Amino acid sequence: MKKTIITVIGRDTVGILAKVCTYLAKNKVNILDISQTVTGGYFNMMMIVDLSECTKSFDAFSMGLERIGASLVLKTNCQKAEIFEKMHRV
Amino acid sequence: MINLSEVTETNKMIAEENLDVRTITMGISLLDTASSSLDATCKAIYDKLLKYAGNLVETGDAIGRDFGVPVINKRISITPIAMVGSSCCKKTSDFVKIAKTLDKAAKKIGVNFIGGYSAIVSKGMTRADELLIRSIPEAMASTERICSSVNVGSTKTGIDMDAVRLMGEIIKEAALKTKKADSIGCAKLVILCNAPDDNPFMAGAFHGVSEGDVVINVGVSGPGVVNHVLKSIRGADFETLCETIKRTSFKITRVGQLVAQEASARLGVPFGIIDLSLAPTPAIGDSVADILKEIGLEHPGAPGTTAALALLNDQVKKGGVMASSYVGGLSGAFIPVSEDQGMIDAVNAGALTIEKLEAMTCVCSVGLDMIAIPGDTPASSISGIIADEAAIGMINQKTTAVRIIPVAGKKVGDTVEFGGLLGRAPVMNVSKFSCEAMISRRGRIPAPIHSFKN
Repeated sequence: MKKTIITVIGRDTVGILAKVCTYLAKNKVNILDISQTVTGGYFNMMMIVDLSECTKSFDAFSMGLERIGASLVLKTNCQKAEIFEKMHRV
Repeated sequence: MINLSEVTETNKMIAEENLDVRTITMGISLLDTASSSLDATCKAIYDKLLKYAGNLVETGDAIGRDFGVPVINKRISITPIAMVGSSCCKKTSDFVKIAKTLDKAAKKIGVNFIGGYSAIVSKGMTRADELLIRSIPEAMASTERICSSVNVGSTKTGIDMDAVRLMGEIIKEAALKTKKADSIGCAKLVILCNAPDDNPFMAGAFHGVSEGDVVINVGVSGPGVVNHVLKSIRGADFETLCETIKRTSFKITRVGQLVAQEASARLGVPFGIIDLSLAPTPAIGDSVADILKEIGLEHPGAPGTTAALALLNDQVKKGGVMASSYVGGLSGAFIPVSEDQGMIDAVNAGALTIEKLEAMTCVCSVGLDMIAIPGDTPASSISGIIADEAAIGMINQKTTAVRIIPVAGKKVGDTVEFGGLLGRAPVMNVSKFSCEAMISRRGRIPAPIHSFKN
């Protein structure tokens, strides 16, 4: 399992989740968990995904996601999950 | 399972509070490159550095992208060159040739610094040690990326006062040789006592002879993160203060441990240590001085500064030790003046003097770091400052160091711009009273007694 955390932050608009999920499906990336909040029109989403079957390299996948984010004026981040697990779990 | 608030906390530390991994430093032994021919030695050094560190920069950057955390510096530390060149260097220019080879290798590999143009002379100098030391000004003036260090004392050996006297002169000479660039040669030269073999931080990094052939050491940072979290508990009691620093230090260090293990695996080089240091940069908000202010000082240098720094340093270690499997290097809070905007402000406000900084070095790792002093300061006074720091290290069984810049042509009140990570420094006052007669004595200070501690 190549557990990876995707975060998407920015102004809320119609179709964010749809566009991100379509991109994930196209690259054979499985979603393990999603949590999302919208406060004062501000969208904040985190996804835990598995990149084991991903057809692209990590860098290429991450850059593709960034381009989709940028087209919706959103900031996306794609990070391997270990950084969060190490930092927040003893 | 990781939750949204934890992810947000980590990413806020990176994006807004300057959390980063300050350096991945590859330590490389050059002992096997030594030979009696200068050209053969230079070639062997170049080839070995390229062989092991050729992918260092690329790998460091890839790890940074994978975890979304900046890996600021990729660097190399090497066996002290005085040892490597002892057979083939007969004059100072021979050592300078090795320095130029190292500089060429550093540029080819893409690392911003290579540390280890060094001599370990805690008890005495060999002919090669002295030649290397005398070559430092020329080596600093004719290279860009070389860092030099000289260890002049230790708790076990005492202090080599002949080396201390010589270093006062060498610092002055290096300042003059790099006068056009505000004496920047001295910013890459550090004089140590009890220097660790596995320090990943420049300018004092070298790969000691107690180390293996190649090793990965990592220096973490994050004063901005500590400062930010302390703001949220303003006015709390000491227990809460200390617990908060410890917890934050744990989190910061875990990132360093992860990056170190990843770098070690990808480069096929054993993991050495994590250096638990709060290393500031000139960036706003990335300051150790700001933490001291948040603890409750108007400026660093106010009464209480030494206590606040002792507390901070100790809690950082307590939190960090738990987060890493191996801890080493300098491991303490750095208090460089030019690289920390809060320190610069404190000097400009008249709150911080060299004497108070010296007191602070009794409880933190590094010593008098990146301090600009008037260019006309006598060499003997610089030696006196080095001797004072070395004495603090020797007696207290800790690492101390002096990285001081007698800026040619500048006087108290002027400001010097070094640029980049080295920052800018106000020129500070040095006592006008002489120690010439003491420094001109020959020999060494004996090793201290380890009982009757008072």
